[in-house]
Amino acid sequence: MSGFLGSTVGKKYIMGISGLVWAGFVLAHMAGNLLIFVSHDAYNAYGHAITSGNLLYVAEAILLLALFTHVFMAFSLTAQNRAAKSSRYAVAASGEKRVSLASRTMAIQGSLILVFIILHLITFKYGTHYETTVNGVVMRDLARLMEEVFQMPGYVIWYVVALILLGFHLSHGVGSSFQSLGLMEGSYRGLWKKLSYTYGIIVALGFIAQPLYLFVFAH
Amino acid sequence: MAGKTLNLTLRVWRQKGPKDQGGFVDLQAKNVSEDASFLEMLDAVNEELVGKGDEPIAFDHDCREGICGACGFVIDGEAHGPMKSTTVCQLHMRNFTDGATLTIEPFRAQAFPVIKDLMVNRSAMDRIISAGGYISQNAGNAVDANAILVPKADADEAMSSATCIQCGACVAACKNASAALFTSAKISHMALLPQGQVERKERAIRMVAAMDAEGFGACTTTGACEAACPKDIQLTNISRMNREFLVANATKREKHSDGGAG
Repeated sequence: MSGFLGSTVGKKYIMGISGLVWAGFVLAHMAGNLLIFVSHDAYNAYGHAITSGNLLYVAEAILLLALFTHVFMAFSLTAQNRAAKSSRYAVAASGEKRVSLASRTMAIQGSLILVFIILHLITFKYGTHYETTVNGVVMRDLARLMEEVFQMPGYVIWYVVALILLGFHLSHGVGSSFQSLGLMEGSYRGLWKKLSYTYGIIVALGFIAQPLYLFVFAH
Repeated sequence: MAGKTLNLTLRVWRQKGPKDQGGFVDLQAKNVSEDASFLEMLDAVNEELVGKGDEPIAFDHDCREGICGACGFVIDGEAHGPMKSTTVCQLHMRNFTDGATLTIEPFRAQAFPVIKDLMVNRSAMDRIISAGGYISQNAGNAVDANAILVPKADADEAMSSATCIQCGACVAACKNASAALFTSAKISHMALLPQGQVERKERAIRMVAAMDAEGFGACTTTGACEAACPKDIQLTNISRMNREFLVANATKREKHSDGGAG
């Protein structure tokens, strides 16, 4: 087992699995957030339903473990990769042999996304605690906080940039995970790749729609 | 009938030996026939250098037919130059424009130390092959054709993987200097055929271990290797290698200490 986990191939399996955990989470998070388009009450009731159960701690533990694993492996592999390629070419490849920007800059994207996750938690999860009553139940008014935060143009811009980065990261990462897990061989190869691009676009657009909507219409 | 000729400026990497710092030197390639291959163009430049009493540019080459995999360096950031599915010996000067400046460098990877100028030591790849890229059973006499049944799709796929000429362009093009495309092509080639089944698991484990031990990086699926490969080896091989490696690790049996049945 240590031979497997210590190898570059094994490390990529871990990268892929931990990445897919987060890829699944961000889609669910995005879908839930879309309730802001229904009503503030629906959004708050959804948030309350999720945060009031014990299941949240299990989910948070899994996510935290996956995040630490993903980041730790990323550092380990990036260090190994940099050591393997200590000198660069004087001229960068162009034309047909050029590779996608998303695939070349995964480590930089990942680092920025990590910064975003931390700031995001500070702003929302540990942000101002407003309260509201929906159907007689007192709960946190996250919709109000969201509306306030997304009145600030600077925050909206940073949020949109970070989400574009996340979409970029997913568009390469999801497909790359399937490749690392040994599933990119065979007839579904093309489909997996398209799914990966689509996934990145859907997640990014879904998230971005909310701050833009609130910034423009919620005055 | 002579075709058109080109005049080019070459920014060539000159390095006296493995320990030398190395650096770019500007050289002129004048009246180059557009029908010449890239290596023939370098031959002409070298003749001129030798005529002046200078050291010729050292570069690897052998068959010059795009078969052997001996040649290879980087032109303007692209392993084997700008044309897809082409070795540098089969790259013709008609693909370049008159008056252009071309930057020519050796393959860059920690596992490929520079020997001199554009020549690098690719024996790390030989050691990966030595670790398991073969079938050690005695095959005996040649059997009748089709005596061993192989599905056409598998035979085709194995053949595509087997076309790898071990030139190292995949490693050179990869930003991580990963040898995953090369190693996976060799693992795939034999994993797909009946003759390769006996040592299938051992092979995957030992070749991946050898690849890591040589200091190659990990695959980040950029696809630079596939784009640079003169033989069109596909990324799908890497996915197959990963699965082979997982399955081999999960299902391999420990060797019996008593040596098993006599």
